[in-house]
Amino acid sequence: MTPTIPTPPRRSFGMNSGSDNVFRNIIIGLSSLVLVATVLYGFVLIVGGLPAFQREGIGFLFGLNWDPGKGIYQALPFIAGTFFTAFGALLLAVPLSVAAALFISEYAPRWLAGPVGSAIELLAAIPSVVYGLWGIFVLIPAVRVFQVWFVSVTGVPWPPTGTGLMSAVLILAVMVIPFICAISRDVITLVPNDQREAAYALGATKWEVIRFGILPYARAGILGGVILGLGRAIGETLAVTMVIGNANVIASTPFSSTATMSSIIASNFGEANETLRPALIAIGFMLLVFSVIVNVIARIVITRLTPVGTR
Amino acid sequence: MKKILLAGLVLAAGAVSAQSVTSILGSGASAPFPLYTEMFNSYATLTGVKVNYASKGSGGGRADIIARNVEFAGSDAFMTDTELKSAPGAIVHVPMALVAVVPTYNIPGVTTQLKFTGQLLASIYLGDIKKWNDPAIVALNKTAKLPDLAIAPVYRSDSSGTTAIFVDFLSKVSSDWASKVSKGPQGSVKWPVGTGGPQNAGVVGLVRQTPGGIGYAEVTYAKANKLQYGLIRNATGKFVDGGDLNEIAAASDAQSLPDDTRTSITNASIGYPISGFTWILVYKDQKYGTRTKDQAKAMVALLRWMLTDGQKLNNKLDYGQIDGSALKKAQKNVESITFGGEKL
Repeated sequence: MTPTIPTPPRRSFGMNSGSDNVFRNIIIGLSSLVLVATVLYGFVLIVGGLPAFQREGIGFLFGLNWDPGKGIYQALPFIAGTFFTAFGALLLAVPLSVAAALFISEYAPRWLAGPVGSAIELLAAIPSVVYGLWGIFVLIPAVRVFQVWFVSVTGVPWPPTGTGLMSAVLILAVMVIPFICAISRDVITLVPNDQREAAYALGATKWEVIRFGILPYARAGILGGVILGLGRAIGETLAVTMVIGNANVIASTPFSSTATMSSIIASNFGEANETLRPALIAIGFMLLVFSVIVNVIARIVITRLTPVGTR
Repeated sequence: MKKILLAGLVLAAGAVSAQSVTSILGSGASAPFPLYTEMFNSYATLTGVKVNYASKGSGGGRADIIARNVEFAGSDAFMTDTELKSAPGAIVHVPMALVAVVPTYNIPGVTTQLKFTGQLLASIYLGDIKKWNDPAIVALNKTAKLPDLAIAPVYRSDSSGTTAIFVDFLSKVSSDWASKVSKGPQGSVKWPVGTGGPQNAGVVGLVRQTPGGIGYAEVTYAKANKLQYGLIRNATGKFVDGGDLNEIAAASDAQSLPDDTRTSITNASIGYPISGFTWILVYKDQKYGTRTKDQAKAMVALLRWMLTDGQKLNNKLDYGQIDGSALKKAQKNVESITFGGEKL
């Protein structure tokens, strides 16, 4: 016979005055409102984008030709643009962010760790339009200098505009670093000191303590930060639109102009005609789907990576 | 007692609004927004009628007028037949100003005003001409010292009326453009080469920053920012300055306009060839929804003023005036507006 676990009586404390029920219903009502809003959001995007899905069929996802002049809307260039920029940015940002987090939590003296930590958190609060302006006035001229040098060395007749895929990746990397770094720092600080002391007791060097004592413990949390950064990189619109060059093609070189799903919506929605508008809404729906997929994968990976015993 | 008081208040409020219309609501094109702001400010001080105009883009304005969210819409593009059919009533087009688009460029060491043909611009934007010292450019500009520099074409990344006028002109003068990129006015196209910047400011910013850059912008914008811009050869072979307001006005008069004024005037036989109308769109029969006759009257009065005294502001702000046959047809369209079949 299996032992039965006694269930605690509901509302085991407090007065059964009915106020709990009222509160409970309010909470349920409010939280289901969030769910309803999400479902409605997806529904509206599907209905609005339906004409584009119907006209292009599967080509909407896998076709390369986005030509408003001829009324052909195939969104692969933007899907590719979103993935190139987002993962390119992560490739640059993750090592930098984790290194900065380790520095703040493990190496920096206390008088330095505080200000550096706050400064990085402050970066997360800067509006993206400010990043965009910084991109136009600082990043693009810098990339242009690099392009001019590149052209002078290789002889490729590339017009040095400074815009393009590379600029977008760079600006996104700068934008996601604070997210990944702040979260990584928090989870690294949360690693119990026992863990460090045990490693030192075994004769580990500082690097070995970090490598075998801290990072395995913190990796799920760090990954959570990476996913948050990925979410921001996928959805970021304004700063990217300002530096990516906005061409409806897949970038063939790092300097090429291209576009992302969010940038094409942002730059074309205002003046969209009756055939372009559904196509843009359909891209919005795809963006929603990709965000859901990224979140689900993130949940699975985080559960898998969380060390046994801390779940 | 309270109820009676409330009812009295509602009645009084209704009576007031029926007698004097104090505001008119519109939305749409951003290109003529500076002009409309000036016009509506003058109109408010003159008559006390306040016009609220949301500069959200031509497409948004057309959607608003179709949905009857606004009393009038501004648009740089005329409504297509499909759009007109989807509207719940007949819509009249009233041209209010002419917008000219000029090619701006940034070539270090070149200070002379360069000359362009439509064919040349098309070749540049098709990617066929890649360097500023290309023989085709040098042939037109023998006095300019053109460097061995890569051309960086810049276009509008957002869908816009400026782009529509520009590509419409290119499609008329270049068969290559018409077959490869676009036919007629299109707010956004698939550009074969180049970089996109958002809004006029984005295009101009990129051209300014990029040695070898070339872009296109409204002449009002080019002038306000003191940019170098080129002359365009028109259909008669004359190189015309887009900053010359008489040349812009001439282009509108040259055409045999259709009565509803829904037409493109690029590549006109005389005047500046890259220009277009910007329209105000209103319902022909103003009796719909909860609209009163007074509201309809106020709407028509505003349009009449914009076509007469209001036009004096056009040149001050570097927009072309509606003149000649275009003006006659615009005024005729305004007078065709009715309220339940009644003339206003």
